[in-house]
Amino acid sequence: MLLEVNNLNRRFGGLQAVSDVNFSVHPGMIKAVIGPNGAGKTTLFNLISGALPPSSGAIHFKGLPIHGLPPFRIAERGMARTYQNIKLCPGMTALENVMIGRHCRSRAGFISGMLNLPWTRREEIAIREKSLELLALLDIADLAEVEATSLAFGQQRAVEFARALAMEPELLLLDEPAAGLNIYETAEVARLISTINQRGITVLLVEHDMSLVMDISHEIVVLSFGQKIAEGTPAEIQHNSEVIKIYLGEDDA
Amino acid sequence: MKRHLPLALLVLTAIGVQQLTHATGTAFYLTPLTMAAYYSLVIVGLCLLMGYAGQISLGHAGFFAIGGYLSAMLTTRDLTPYQDNPVLVLLDKLGCTVTGQDMFGGAVLHVHPWAAFACAILITIAVAYGIGIPVLKLKGHYLAMATLGFGIIVYRLVLASPLFGEADGISEVPAFPLFPGLAVSGGFESRVSNYYLAWGMVACAMWLLANLIHSRVGRALRAIHGAEDATNAMGVNTARYKLNTFVISAVLAAVAGIFLTHYNGGIGPSEAGIMKSVRYVAIVAIGGMANLWGALVMGSLLNIMSLRGMFGSYDDAVFGLILIVIMLFAPRGLLGLSLPQGLKRLLKRGE
Repeated sequence: MLLEVNNLNRRFGGLQAVSDVNFSVHPGMIKAVIGPNGAGKTTLFNLISGALPPSSGAIHFKGLPIHGLPPFRIAERGMARTYQNIKLCPGMTALENVMIGRHCRSRAGFISGMLNLPWTRREEIAIREKSLELLALLDIADLAEVEATSLAFGQQRAVEFARALAMEPELLLLDEPAAGLNIYETAEVARLISTINQRGITVLLVEHDMSLVMDISHEIVVLSFGQKIAEGTPAEIQHNSEVIKIYLGEDDA
Repeated sequence: MKRHLPLALLVLTAIGVQQLTHATGTAFYLTPLTMAAYYSLVIVGLCLLMGYAGQISLGHAGFFAIGGYLSAMLTTRDLTPYQDNPVLVLLDKLGCTVTGQDMFGGAVLHVHPWAAFACAILITIAVAYGIGIPVLKLKGHYLAMATLGFGIIVYRLVLASPLFGEADGISEVPAFPLFPGLAVSGGFESRVSNYYLAWGMVACAMWLLANLIHSRVGRALRAIHGAEDATNAMGVNTARYKLNTFVISAVLAAVAGIFLTHYNGGIGPSEAGIMKSVRYVAIVAIGGMANLWGALVMGSLLNIMSLRGMFGSYDDAVFGLILIVIMLFAPRGLLGLSLPQGLKRLLKRGE
């Protein structure tokens, strides 16, 4: 089991944003978390990636507990994430943004950086090459030297993707990767996620776009008001009466 | 290679200026030039902290003062009465003390400047960590207020403490023999060597800092400035990086304080004052924030002008005004300002 979430709870004052959620992610799969707005999907992601501490419950990654660890420690262990509202570093080029992703896979510190030692120079070249490779994989190699935050929305998303991949994660968390994209771009993202998955990276994604989720996921977790109401394969979820109820409303007739 | 061009320019300019003063018989300019070099050390360190890591400090004069005052106190205070104290005996055995004569010919015992230097730097590091760990959890205005508070504490401590000479400060600080043949002192005969020493130190600091900002660490610092949460999620220990940067800039300020104090032969409470901290921040801003060379150029020019008394009694007012004007019209610094754009902004405001 790559990721295990047990009885996870998160309260914000009186609001129970995530309530007793349990699920697990097998290595190699694409798992999706869906649910209506306000179901607690992003909160769940923030809990898993360490951006928020859980009120109670446990999260195990590769068999070790990660709840309560700061995000950078979780990232070092091989978990990368993207954001629903893209978070790139302003004032830095697309390439530099991707190079940040190599941080946890390189080691030059303050002193070696100041002295610009031969091995730090070699490491820096390797970081640059690997990052350029990833930009090429995402078809944005020509944008390497452009300031990242001045790019078009879809391109920024691609840079954020490349940055996450630069971390060589075992588990990639994608927070609404198709938000704000048109149908062609969404299809492109779907293809990309499958490619990444075939390279051996496990994917956990939160998404609103049903066609994307149903096409590419192996398993789906459905959240509503912070609670897990269903879990299964896309076919099972499509025929689950609870899920249909929360998405299409109750049958009054 | 590109990175070393400004460094070469700096060295050539320093040599050129010295030759010029020699040729024109204006060697008296070397004194403010040397002092400006030491202030520049504080400024480039603060530039790393503010411009790159994005953390403001309104207390850097405090670190300058900790360095300068500790070194001044340790090298001037007569330790003869404590001669039998085991700590002093140990220091004596280690060669960390010097004996001399006071003005009446009596024997006096001081701490050697190198030992004082080590002590001052260690205490600066300890204070910087002690202040930085809690304070760097704050952001924006809150961080500015907290560092301002630190600066005020240092200022009031040196002003109130007899150990640090209260309002008079500490004078008659001895020369600092760095190694045989070269001492930090304001003596007439060592003016040229001290000029080169000071600017050599600036060149070294610039080399180290320019390397740092182009390294993995520098990239992480700039990323922290832009998007701290995301940077943490990329595996950067953001708290430690901010703290280390804070300590590096504090140490640079303390080194500047120590050397300038020995060069001037004394230090007074104005060096610890809030207006000094504001001045450093203003100069980093006018240099363009994330622009080490801009900070160095503007820092040297403005400090030389200030030290030559060009701003008269309005010194502090000038730096306050600079801060307002830069923030309004050239937030990317004077060197980053393209005039048409600046005029455009000005006109837009008028509409």
